[in-house]
Amino acid sequence: MTKHRLFWPAAVLAALLLANVAFTPDFFAVRIKDGHLYGSLIDILHFGAPLILVALGMTLVIATGGIDLSVGSTVAIAGALACLHISESADPGGLGTVLTAAGLALLVALVLGSVNGFLVSRVGVQPIIATLILMVAGRGVAQLVTDGQIITVTSGPFQLIGGGYWLTVPFAVVLAAAMVLLTALLTRSTALGMLLESVGGNPVASRLVGIRAQRLIALVYVFSAVCAAVAGLMISSNVSAADGNNAGLWIELDAILAVVIGGTSLAGGRFSLGGTVLGALVIQTLATTIYTIGVPPETTLVFKAVVVIAVCLVQSPKFRAKLSHRRRSGARRGSRSESAAPANLEVGR
Amino acid sequence: MFKRAAAALAAGAMAVVLSACSSGGAANDGAAGGGSDKITIGFSQVGAESGWRTANTKSVQDAAKKAGVTLKFSDAQQKQENQIKAIRSFIQQKVDIIAFSPVVESGWDTVLKEAKAAKIPVILTDRAVDSQDESLYVSFLGSDFVEEGKRAADWLVKEYQGKADPVNIVQLEGTTGSAPANDRKSGFADVIKGDPKFKVLASQTGDFTRAKGKEVMQAFLKSQPKIDVLYAHNDDMALGAIQAIEEAGKQPGKDIKIISIDGVKDAFTAMSQGKINVVVECNPLLGDQLMELAKKVKKGESVERRIKTEEGVFTQDQAAAALPSRQY
Repeated sequence: MTKHRLFWPAAVLAALLLANVAFTPDFFAVRIKDGHLYGSLIDILHFGAPLILVALGMTLVIATGGIDLSVGSTVAIAGALACLHISESADPGGLGTVLTAAGLALLVALVLGSVNGFLVSRVGVQPIIATLILMVAGRGVAQLVTDGQIITVTSGPFQLIGGGYWLTVPFAVVLAAAMVLLTALLTRSTALGMLLESVGGNPVASRLVGIRAQRLIALVYVFSAVCAAVAGLMISSNVSAADGNNAGLWIELDAILAVVIGGTSLAGGRFSLGGTVLGALVIQTLATTIYTIGVPPETTLVFKAVVVIAVCLVQSPKFRAKLSHRRRSGARRGSRSESAAPANLEVGR
Repeated sequence: MFKRAAAALAAGAMAVVLSACSSGGAANDGAAGGGSDKITIGFSQVGAESGWRTANTKSVQDAAKKAGVTLKFSDAQQKQENQIKAIRSFIQQKVDIIAFSPVVESGWDTVLKEAKAAKIPVILTDRAVDSQDESLYVSFLGSDFVEEGKRAADWLVKEYQGKADPVNIVQLEGTTGSAPANDRKSGFADVIKGDPKFKVLASQTGDFTRAKGKEVMQAFLKSQPKIDVLYAHNDDMALGAIQAIEEAGKQPGKDIKIISIDGVKDAFTAMSQGKINVVVECNPLLGDQLMELAKKVKKGESVERRIKTEEGVFTQDQAAAALPSRQY
């Protein structure tokens, strides 16, 4: 069972959740309050939803061997545009207004993603540089949109996206789940996922066998931007306000971390959507854990770092092999060949 | 990289030389002008980061117009190097007084020495600098964050006067390590430590943002069975927390009393709806005080090194009346 690629992320998530029970005995309790589900687990899913979305887009980008640093800025721009449109419209509570606002945000995301995709696939700029441009400039754009202010909106339908409930479940969770399922279907039931992995594994060879690598690469950046825009709508809707400075700040790093914890290689050529979702949940659970067990704010980052290092080490087959090698060689000295064999097996997995 | 650093150094050195030359010229101009009391102030703002900051900028600009002061305004867009450039250009333009809100606390000695060499007095507004040499600026005009924390706690002590039951408090701190977060926390703690019935059950950073305030408060609501009071280091976190409290089926302002700092318009709206109990004002409208101070400095009068902005404490019954007049 430990051989399954999702075993370790799942084990870490379970361990973190169990650690919380020691401090809050009713941590797993979920009950109905005011007609919707209420409990710590629901919170983790609810606040984790935007991160899951951003990480979802990031997974596909990383699968092609790229990286997208601009998602945080896209989150801010999308939220800012939507809130600006709603606050300036005559009917902020109208469904039409909110749909237009969401459409506007998604449209801008398409443009931003296309720019990234164009720079990487056609111009041939290194992905980290190409998306760095938008990462830096995008926050400025978001501030320009909001005029440096926090735009507060009061709109029922808009609030539903990130803060509302649908059949007792947070709507954001439903939305995120739907996007993950759709992506899983598209990539795993068609050849798309394999093509992406092949482009990430070896772009030249892929092109030579007739895969249109450029178009695929451009496509994943557009997808990533759209995911980020939906996350941006969720984040701004959850607090009914757009904050150009802080919305989605550093979310790109959390998303990359989620992807890595999920077992997707940063070198590209392989990806795991399930792993990414688990990774995002690990990060959100870690945040909740910090709040519940009362880690002082000054040491929060150290605590986080220690957990992340532990997670990454425990995931590394080489590290585990070394550990077990050491344990075994301590017990039976001299049987090198025996203990080396499983290590090889794991590396070659 | 090295080349650029060298170029920057050279440019800096040139600026020093230029300002040294021009300071001689300034003295001549002054003699020729003969007691003209028209004041020119160079003001370097942090940047447009929030409604609070925008109100701060507007206050300075309006006050300058009202006082007949020529204001040279520069926006640093949250970058120290932009502020240093702005200050150097103010020195070259021979302004009478330089005022600025430092983006960060340290790294100002060199440029402030240049200003001192050019005999231009410097006034700090809103934020302080961390420097060994106190002669580099004449005065610091701004809020006292420790005092704000104390005022928040004073309200709490008064509210629970004569009641013996323990009061369970949770705290949403500002960005870890920032001056307002440190000072508002310690000021509050100083006052409540006198009475053992006040207990801070949990304290986490909400990074001064609504989203984080909501997220942290949701976790608090689940991990702490009984919360009586929320103390938030700024309004945005309090506004986020209000949403979390409402989602938990509790009434903000009643089931959980809320103390907040800053006094932005949204907070006053929430207070007039009974969702916040008290707001300790952190006043950005220091323009008039700055102009008055500048005039005194120009005349050569001695001024206090630390001047506090005029700030109030607003409770629910004052909120509705004060709401229309809130500028930010």
